[in-house]
Amino acid sequence: MSLLLPFEYEFFRNGFIAAVVVGALCGFIGVYVVLRRMSYIGHGLSHAIFGGAVLSYVMNLNFFIGAGLWALFAGFLIHLISHRRWVGADAAIGVVTTSSFALGVAIVSTYRSFTRNIEAALFGNILGITQKDLCIVVLIALMVFSVLIILRRQLLFATFDPEVASAYGVSTGKIDLIFITLLAVTVLASTQILGVTLVAAAMVIPPVIARYLTNRFQRLLILSPIIGTLCGAAGMYLSFYLDISSAATIVLTAAALFFFLEVLSWFRRQQRTRHPPLSIS
Amino acid sequence: MNTHDHPHGHTHGSLHPHGIEEPPVSGLSSVPLVELSNVSNSYGATLALQDVSLKVWPGQFLAIVGPNGGGKTTLLRTILGTVPVQQGKVLLRGKDPQRSALEHIGYVPQLETIDWNFPITVEEVISMGFFSKNRWFRGIRDDERRKLQDVMTRLNLSGLGDRHIRELSGGQQQAAFLGRALLGDPELILLDEPTAGLDIRSRDDVIHFLHEINHQGVAIVITAHDLNWVAAHLPWVVCLNRWLIAEGRPQEVLNASVLKETYRGEMVVFHHDGMVMIGERPHEPHN
Repeated sequence: MSLLLPFEYEFFRNGFIAAVVVGALCGFIGVYVVLRRMSYIGHGLSHAIFGGAVLSYVMNLNFFIGAGLWALFAGFLIHLISHRRWVGADAAIGVVTTSSFALGVAIVSTYRSFTRNIEAALFGNILGITQKDLCIVVLIALMVFSVLIILRRQLLFATFDPEVASAYGVSTGKIDLIFITLLAVTVLASTQILGVTLVAAAMVIPPVIARYLTNRFQRLLILSPIIGTLCGAAGMYLSFYLDISSAATIVLTAAALFFFLEVLSWFRRQQRTRHPPLSIS
Repeated sequence: MNTHDHPHGHTHGSLHPHGIEEPPVSGLSSVPLVELSNVSNSYGATLALQDVSLKVWPGQFLAIVGPNGGGKTTLLRTILGTVPVQQGKVLLRGKDPQRSALEHIGYVPQLETIDWNFPITVEEVISMGFFSKNRWFRGIRDDERRKLQDVMTRLNLSGLGDRHIRELSGGQQQAAFLGRALLGDPELILLDEPTAGLDIRSRDDVIHFLHEINHQGVAIVITAHDLNWVAAHLPWVVCLNRWLIAEGRPQEVLNASVLKETYRGEMVVFHHDGMVMIGERPHEPHN
């Protein structure tokens, strides 16, 4: 079995690059998603994008333009509603995204002719990625990485201690809006590869795994995208040799790593309990 | 002691507010750092501050005491500008608050509000003090790194920069957040309950750092619940329960009458050898 064998196929080469890029991107932005306790938002935004994807298909629009505009609108709405004190961010996401998803379902039930495309939107179609799609995904990734790196200090302050950050002159409102826009764009780039249902996992699992390995924020920002990249690559190989959906193998690889570290950490805790430190008195 | 007209018509103490005894301040300036004039704030229908007037002078060290929900934190946030003033006026150095004036105010929040599981080290927390000026691209310069090390040494945090913030003692945690405030070269530091949840040793560390910083000319305003700690260590105290009830030296202000007005409860005040001690009066057993 040669490791290079799958690369003889163009569909695998495109899919592999897309999986690695999206893995790194989701791993990087996922650090902030997890620390801001917004894990549900990735899940919600991807569902919101489903409505936009279906609409853009019906209206014969390009997926990235139609679903992208829809995602930005949903993200802006979530930001607006969640900043009203009487509605929490989770409730705001629930209202906006489920409505959007329901709209998609309503259109699908009316036009029954595009079941196959809807399946791709729900579960991803990594092997159907074209060179053009790949270019768009790479461009989106470069843009999101650049903005996140430029904003990393303000984002860290606004994430760790929003009230004090605001008192120190960090524009937390603007930072939140920029962040949700970047998140919407990331979800958009990832949906074609991982599907609506699995995007959130790619954002949440790598930073959680990285959290087992470090207590430092800066290291987390390096480790999480590396883990995302490795899971993307490993998932693609597993998909090729086991003939299972790529999106599923990518997420299952990450999940297996998470459970391995959780079990390891449990054993370590047990060992510490069995051998408590010696008492001096 | 300065006592303030109660909004409902009561007045405590012997001195009129205008017969102000100057607070014990080194390097007195004619312009207060902060001046609140008849400030009122509310959260919805709940009144937080009513008609509060207060001056903070350069180099002053004062504590704001009062019951939970009495407006202590709101007062600090009003000075910082994170809570908008609904009525009245706040002046910083005699002028309307500008971003540039706020840059010289450091803020240390209640430790209870910190997420102690956040993956962040002591050095990363203190470095945030450099992030205030919307520096999008520039990293931490060499001279700033030296300043960071200097602040950590002053606060006895040398060698602890790589530790996770949860691994520090309570006093060291407070010192780390104080260090973040100090990096901005503040003229005034506001601390929200810096001794809450700390043991006696840690409280001693905190007051030691605060006195040292104050002796270098930085004004300090803290909120506190421990009246005996305030009476023992602080030169000036402000009693607040939505409205400002009294301010002055602890030995003069912390009397049974002012405390009853502030806390709506009976307290016993002892004076011994120049010290003032406050105790709770036990409830009478029900027959």
